[in-house]
Amino acid sequence: MSQTTAPPTARAVKTKLRAEGISMIFRRDGKETSVLDSVDLDVYDGEFICLLGPSGCGKSTLLNSIAGFLAPTSGKVTIDGEPVTGPDPRRIFVFQERGVFPWLTVEGNIAFGLFKLPQEERARRIAYYVKLVGLQGFEKAYPQELSGGMKQRLEVARALAVNPDMLFLDEPFGALDSITRLIMRGELLRIWEAEKKTIIFVTHDIEEAVQLADRVVVMSARPAKIQQIVEIDIPHPRDISSPRYLELRDGIFEQIGLAHKV
Amino acid sequence: MNLLVRLRPWAFIALLLVAWHVAISRQSNHLLPDPLAVGGAFVELAQRGLLFKYIVASLFRVTWGFLLAAVTAIPLGLAIGWFRRAEMALNPLIQIFRPISPLAWIPISILWFGVGDVAAIFLIFLASFLPLTLTAMNAVGSIPAVYINAGRNFGLSTAGIVWRVLYPAVVPQLIIGLRITLGIAWLVVVAAEMIAVNSGLGFLIVDARNAGNRYDLVVAGMVMIGLIGLLLDVGMRSFEKIRSLRWGYSED
Repeated sequence: MSQTTAPPTARAVKTKLRAEGISMIFRRDGKETSVLDSVDLDVYDGEFICLLGPSGCGKSTLLNSIAGFLAPTSGKVTIDGEPVTGPDPRRIFVFQERGVFPWLTVEGNIAFGLFKLPQEERARRIAYYVKLVGLQGFEKAYPQELSGGMKQRLEVARALAVNPDMLFLDEPFGALDSITRLIMRGELLRIWEAEKKTIIFVTHDIEEAVQLADRVVVMSARPAKIQQIVEIDIPHPRDISSPRYLELRDGIFEQIGLAHKV
Repeated sequence: MNLLVRLRPWAFIALLLVAWHVAISRQSNHLLPDPLAVGGAFVELAQRGLLFKYIVASLFRVTWGFLLAAVTAIPLGLAIGWFRRAEMALNPLIQIFRPISPLAWIPISILWFGVGDVAAIFLIFLASFLPLTLTAMNAVGSIPAVYINAGRNFGLSTAGIVWRVLYPAVVPQLIIGLRITLGIAWLVVVAAEMIAVNSGLGFLIVDARNAGNRYDLVVAGMVMIGLIGLLLDVGMRSFEKIRSLRWGYSED
């Protein structure tokens, strides 16, 4: 367990998720492709983790196996000590904004996972999460009437409404323009601080990872291994021109093998 | 301006009618009845009570054949599309049956059901069944995996996924398939009625020719078939305007 480091923040003390020796080999047309090579990772309760790596490196595959959508070829994932055998409403996966259901309104999407709740509780939660993600006035709108950023916030609201203890986000802001992305990062941090979820966030954007995460898990190219885990010891809100921020960011740039010049 | 744009297709039809009339009046060997004669044929059919009777007869057959096909082919197609292996196993069979025109089944349908409504309904059923099965299969195949995964993630049972994800995800494509198939069914009913029954708009056309070369009645039958086909299509298209379905038709 060489990847296990000390809990990075005071509030995160308990191990929430443990991935041990996760390997993934895809077989296609008789060819074997190794995508993940014995990945070990511990995630603490309430922590914000970014999985960072180049496109196609296998970070999404790792997230999908942690979430229970893909069974790893070897290794196991436990959450709160229980082995993960499939997707679970206690842990919601947020896709890019494509994941909202186009046939349901904003309200209908947020209510999607609330089918076991009594009517009043459902209405209360819909109202609460519509407000949390700033979609008031759009309750009856359909996703195609919303902008990309609004759809993304809707999907986060739908995920939060079932009160999960973990959120998995797979490049959630990848399809948004850069201004909307900056706003969405701030929104996500605000929601994370209000709701105290454990978040695993996949991105290929170094700045995004350093702005958001408690720890950045830097992954190598395929087959993906964990190259380094960088603890971001800057309190929120982060000053993105502070020396410490730049130092951590440039350290990751170097780690990935990119000279800090365009 | 808006009114003018809307009137334009009707003005064009009126222009064609006038051209038709002028063309017929300028030549002696009548290759076609003129529009007034066709109008007269409509009046005659209405007075004899045949117009309404034949329209109802044709619509009756189409409705039954089409509905029977819809309630069997759509669930079947959805199931085949859902289970990839079934699709692989059944596809060759479907591809063999597909090029056989429904009209090629006329002798067999008469052999099985005799001359009458059932034979015609059977032909329409056959004509609608494969297109609807294929539509449903393709619709399931094109559901983005994220929707199914999201459904599973929120803890839906298999029945819940079918009802709350699969079904709403395929409805827009099914409606397009139903609209196109209804057009096919309407084409087939006319052909079926020419051979397998003795009522309906298809029968009207064959009968008018056989019983004394009444080409005014033939053309009146053709016009009626066209108008009803148009109305059926407009009716099916109106589903595409439903707000919760519009996502399936937008171009962006």
